[in-house]
Amino acid sequence: MPNDVAVEHSDSVTPRVKLAIRRVTKDYDGFKAVDDVSLEIRQGEIFALLGASGCGKSTLLRMLAGFETPTEGEIYLDGTLINRMPAHERPINMMFQSYALFPHMSVEQNIAFGLKYDRLAKPAIRDKVQEVLGLVRMTDYAKRKPHQLSGGQQQRVALARSLAKEPKLLLLDEPMGALDKKLRTQMQLEIVDIIEEVGVTCVMVTHDQEEAMTMASRVGIMDAGVIRQVGPPHEVYEQPNCRMTAEFIGSVNIFEGTLAVDEADHVEIASPALALPLRIGHGITGSLGMALAVAVRPEKIRVSREAPAQPHNAARGKVVDIAYLGSHSILHIALPGDKVVIASVANTDRSVAGDDAERFTWNDEVHISWSEHAGVVLTS
Amino acid sequence: MGWGRRLVTATPYLWLLLFFLAPFIIVIKISFAETLIAQPPFSDLAQYVDDVLTINLNLFNYIDLYEYDLYLTGYLSSLKIAAIATGICLLVGYPVAYAISRLPEHSRNLALMLVILPSWTSFLIRIYAWIGLLKENGLINNALVGIGIIDEPLVLLHTPFAVYLGIVYAYLPFMILPIYTNLVKHDHRLLEAAADLGASPVGAFFKITLPLSVGGIIAGSMLVFIPAVGEFVIPELLGGPDTLMIGKLLWNEFFNARNWPGASAVAVVMLVLLIVPITIFQRYQAREMEEAQRG
Repeated sequence: MPNDVAVEHSDSVTPRVKLAIRRVTKDYDGFKAVDDVSLEIRQGEIFALLGASGCGKSTLLRMLAGFETPTEGEIYLDGTLINRMPAHERPINMMFQSYALFPHMSVEQNIAFGLKYDRLAKPAIRDKVQEVLGLVRMTDYAKRKPHQLSGGQQQRVALARSLAKEPKLLLLDEPMGALDKKLRTQMQLEIVDIIEEVGVTCVMVTHDQEEAMTMASRVGIMDAGVIRQVGPPHEVYEQPNCRMTAEFIGSVNIFEGTLAVDEADHVEIASPALALPLRIGHGITGSLGMALAVAVRPEKIRVSREAPAQPHNAARGKVVDIAYLGSHSILHIALPGDKVVIASVANTDRSVAGDDAERFTWNDEVHISWSEHAGVVLTS
Repeated sequence: MGWGRRLVTATPYLWLLLFFLAPFIIVIKISFAETLIAQPPFSDLAQYVDDVLTINLNLFNYIDLYEYDLYLTGYLSSLKIAAIATGICLLVGYPVAYAISRLPEHSRNLALMLVILPSWTSFLIRIYAWIGLLKENGLINNALVGIGIIDEPLVLLHTPFAVYLGIVYAYLPFMILPIYTNLVKHDHRLLEAAADLGASPVGAFFKITLPLSVGGIIAGSMLVFIPAVGEFVIPELLGGPDTLMIGKLLWNEFFNARNWPGASAVAVVMLVLLIVPITIFQRYQAREMEEAQRG
């Protein structure tokens, strides 16, 4: 079994597989926290496992770190099976949620902790500590104790500690979980810069889609122990492969209906929520009358006072709610059949004068429409 | 501050004043008096005769403590016995506290209950029970002879061994509880972090768990050491004539020699000796409280 794992050393086109997860299951007395998950993480990428709490992402991460053993399946690091390797022998380091810095040790001692187990000489340890402290810009705080540091500083130390041993794989567990929103955005980019500078392969776990999409080069959406979709952030956002993914990432309007017109270059779907048919500008594999759903993102919906000319992908409705978010506003538009559609309107103009800068308000009668390339057909 | 709040704040201080400070001042006073064959058996420090106030401070009780080797040996022997017993309590109590802190949450209280439960019986009765166990034809000797491990009964009772056994037995809960309280608060993720960085479970224990539980170790050690130094019942009942402890000397001085001033001086010096460990204990407790508040 281990021999048929294709670790692509020779293939120069595909990036090298660093970590291979093969059909891994974690069973807790009949409850499958992780259910038959297979995943390949490439050399040098930042991969985010994204999902709600309890979806199994943390269990999967803990199996990578060695704190849990898979019930079934194999985990390979650089082609070596590491299922049974204890945590302290794995060349994998983790930045813990809320950091788990050793409270009785200074920043320096925290970072040097792991290096001592690498049998490095004292001067080498000192140099390495200085190097990673410089990397996270915490050189001036070497002698401080963790409780004397702010949340952001503690995070830098935690990152430095997990990078000091030059792990083959870096794990981040809810890296921004303990920071306030403002600091979060700043640290997200900073951590990505540091990780890319070091060039370490990284798997992170988060429930925050913004965080996953900002930091990761690829995202895996997890739900009920299963990975639903894997892809770059724009792909999982623009081309969700199932309803769960579409609804989990960002907000979305879902129209349920049946396949009414099935042509090679377009299809039409009849939805009870809409008077006009939904048109999708490409063919799909399916049969007439089959039930499916169409997902349309709020920012893809045009809101206007005049009726659009197109005979599909349009409806008339009434504004029932407005959330003003500064850069844009979220309109809740009730259609005649009581379906409420969410549309995002950019607030491009400061002035309220002029037709095209006109703001919508409560109880306005409006028309919504979207192009035939805006919707995504979901069959599951 | 309102009256009610003042009263609430003052109550513990009044309690300490009335039941600790006042008796201690009386003991100090007696320690400077002279022995009399009277009721009470000591002289008054202050006498007011013919409009003249005379105060007689008698320092001989303290000088006696210095001059007679018996007392010095008694103090040193008490400190030694208390220190060794504290060490044994730590060696036995730490693993117990550690094991309890690692139990599933619902079993912990049961285990703690088992630790505390014996204390619900009278201390005196429990020490008496050891006599029954340790004596020449007691339970232990009879059992060992019965099995055939030994031919002759062992001399267990009235030995230093019995004194150590008694102290360790009686004070073990005071070692276990503070260490448990400390260990149970530890963040298990610190151990995971240590493992993640390459520490084996044993290594992680010595580098993370043990240093972080020093507060509990000191609290437990002081709670055992301080009362053990002045212990009277255990050396009296389980110890032999060669077991010299200051509590026993004090008792003899008070009740056999009826030398109240001398006994008071013994007590005052013992308290002064104990100020050092008590101060250490207080300091660590304050630090623990601070850390607990900081989270």
